[in-house]
Amino acid sequence: MLRLEDLHKYYHMGSHDLHVLKGIDLEITEGEFVSIMGSSGSGKSTMLNIVGLLDDYDSGAYYLDNKLIKKMNEKEAAIYRNNTLGFVFQSFNLISSKDALENVALPLFYRGMGRKNRNDKAMEYLELVGLADRAHHLPKELSGGQQQRVALARALVSDPKIVLADEPTGALDTNTSYEIMELISSINEKGKTIVVVTHEDDISKMTKKIIRLKDGLVDDIIIN
Amino acid sequence: MFDKEFILEIFTTIRKNKLRTFLTGFSVAWGIFMLIILLGSGKGLENGIKENFKGEAKNTIRVFGGLTSIAFEGQPNDRHIEFNNYDKKIITENIPNIDLLYARYDIELDIPVHYKSEYATLAVSGIDPSTKEIEKIKLLEGRYINDWDIEHSQKVAVIGKDAKKMLFRAKSPIGEIIYVNKVPFKIIGVFSDDYAPENKKIYMPLATAQKIFLGGNKISSIAMTLENITPDESKTIENSIKSKLAKRHNFSEKDERAVLIINSIEEFAKSQKLFRAINIFLWLIAIGTIIAGIVGISNIMLIVVKERTKEIGVRKAIGATPASIVKLILLEAVIITIIAGLIGLLAGSTVLEIANGFMEASNTAQAAASEFDENMTIFKNPSVDTMIALNALIVLILSGLLAGFIPAKRAAQIRPIAALREE
Ligand SMILES: Nc1ncnc2c1ncn2[C@@H]1O[C@H](COP(=O)(O)OP(=O)(O)O)[C@@H](O)[C@H]1O
Ligand SMILES: [Mg+2]
Repeated sequence: MLRLEDLHKYYHMGSHDLHVLKGIDLEITEGEFVSIMGSSGSGKSTMLNIVGLLDDYDSGAYYLDNKLIKKMNEKEAAIYRNNTLGFVFQSFNLISSKDALENVALPLFYRGMGRKNRNDKAMEYLELVGLADRAHHLPKELSGGQQQRVALARALVSDPKIVLADEPTGALDTNTSYEIMELISSINEKGKTIVVVTHEDDISKMTKKIIRLKDGLVDDIIIN
Repeated sequence: MFDKEFILEIFTTIRKNKLRTFLTGFSVAWGIFMLIILLGSGKGLENGIKENFKGEAKNTIRVFGGLTSIAFEGQPNDRHIEFNNYDKKIITENIPNIDLLYARYDIELDIPVHYKSEYATLAVSGIDPSTKEIEKIKLLEGRYINDWDIEHSQKVAVIGKDAKKMLFRAKSPIGEIIYVNKVPFKIIGVFSDDYAPENKKIYMPLATAQKIFLGGNKISSIAMTLENITPDESKTIENSIKSKLAKRHNFSEKDERAVLIINSIEEFAKSQKLFRAINIFLWLIAIGTIIAGIVGISNIMLIVVKERTKEIGVRKAIGATPASIVKLILLEAVIITIIAGLIGLLAGSTVLEIANGFMEASNTAQAAASEFDENMTIFKNPSVDTMIALNALIVLILSGLLAGFIPAKRAAQIRPIAALREE
């Protein structure tokens, strides 16, 4: 599904460069449920952003679906993201002026789907995350856990090949975190490839495979 | 692309951010309101000035007989060129673009005029009905001489307001009989003219005057107004009148004195230039106001883009292309501009319409109060015609695009990772 080969990433900080990823080798195959672990600043988000086509890398290679991803222009990347990737963020990042249904339907809007179709589809996914009855609530009328469920529905609605989640439970309390992880897990059960970034041990234990990053390198891989 | 979806998308945003939309739109509505008021006022000013200098605003050509100054084809110089009805016919039939035309016969002597025991010596002219329009003669009482009077050589007269005072004092002269050179004439009207000496005259049908004062078919001058022509065309017409008359009366076309042609086109061109200058000036002010509006919208949109950085980042992350973001912001700016602008347009036209109503009322009141001429209007019928409205609409759309341009570019440059990282 995706493969990183000797991947390097620098952040250019004025006079000096910050070498964040120092040669990552990694493969994630279809249907996997992977967590990326590591202390804060170890480069987890950086790696996920590269995998998610939100950022470039400096050297090495990144294959997504056997296609080498290198220096894509913004438009190509946008279309690729829309078709193959789903994102879940730590702070939910729902659009505050849109209700749950409209938020979930948004990726389909950018795919060019008509209003009726995309609302039907969005409703299906709201049902999947158990929030069909909150379809017309604005984000601020939903709890954190509910917002993250809506975000998950939005990540899934375009039927992406991979769902990328950066600290999806970072803003939630423990119980809610577990509920969200169970939901994600159940989605993986249906065959979806999922990558979760976290720095919490208990969260990573709920995934099938833990990839531990340390100092910009893959330190350890643990199969749960 | 899927434009309907986009517009629905934008309307959703607009509806959910009413205050922001209002603030954004207000400056444009105000700008367009000012544009309409200014341009409408400009139109009003133009109409008002035209009203006051009506004679000058229209192209009038007057032709008088003169004295030849060049000997030509065996004819000596210092020969009088005199017109008659045939000259009128020639000009009427051969000159294009004539709107109105009259010929007149001014009797050179003062004529004794009686009314009952009153007596005066007055100037008399035989005229055509269109003297009224061409010379802007105001009718104070009764009616003016008409075509029927001319055709039937009626012995009717309209009398200048000063002549009327001499013969009738405060009394109404309509229907009274006066004796002009011992010939009875029925008074049908009283007129007033801005050119004071005319007010001491008695006007009668041209044919009647020619018959009674033994003029045969003589006329003293011909005047005409020309419709919708440029100064160049007017000059051409002036030359062709001259050459027609030269051929008929056998004088040199180079003769500057054989006939006297007075063409108002110079004045006309001058006033046209003035109106154009006023209009350009008003447009400049209006454009200034609109630019202020654009800057206003642009600034607010920039703040909006900044506020929506995260949202735009999210949109990009889930598949919005830079072009679609540009489109979103640009269309939002254009839609807000157009709606706000139309409101401003409507408000502006309404205010003009109301002002117009007031002015018309006060003008008629003024006209009624002052019995005589001099009803000076600097302002008349301020209005927005379709051209102004259309121009305003184009200005609107352009300003919307302009206002949205920088914010849209800024929005397109937002990088999702940067947008999503900041809390
Ligand atoms: N845009 C950036 N510019 C400069 N430095 C960055 C940027 N993003 C991240 N970093 C730095 O790169 C390192 C890795 O960051 P990140 O990938 O966010 O770590 P993690 O997600 O594991 O906490 C950190 O030291 C961070 O400060
Ligand atoms: Mg991180």
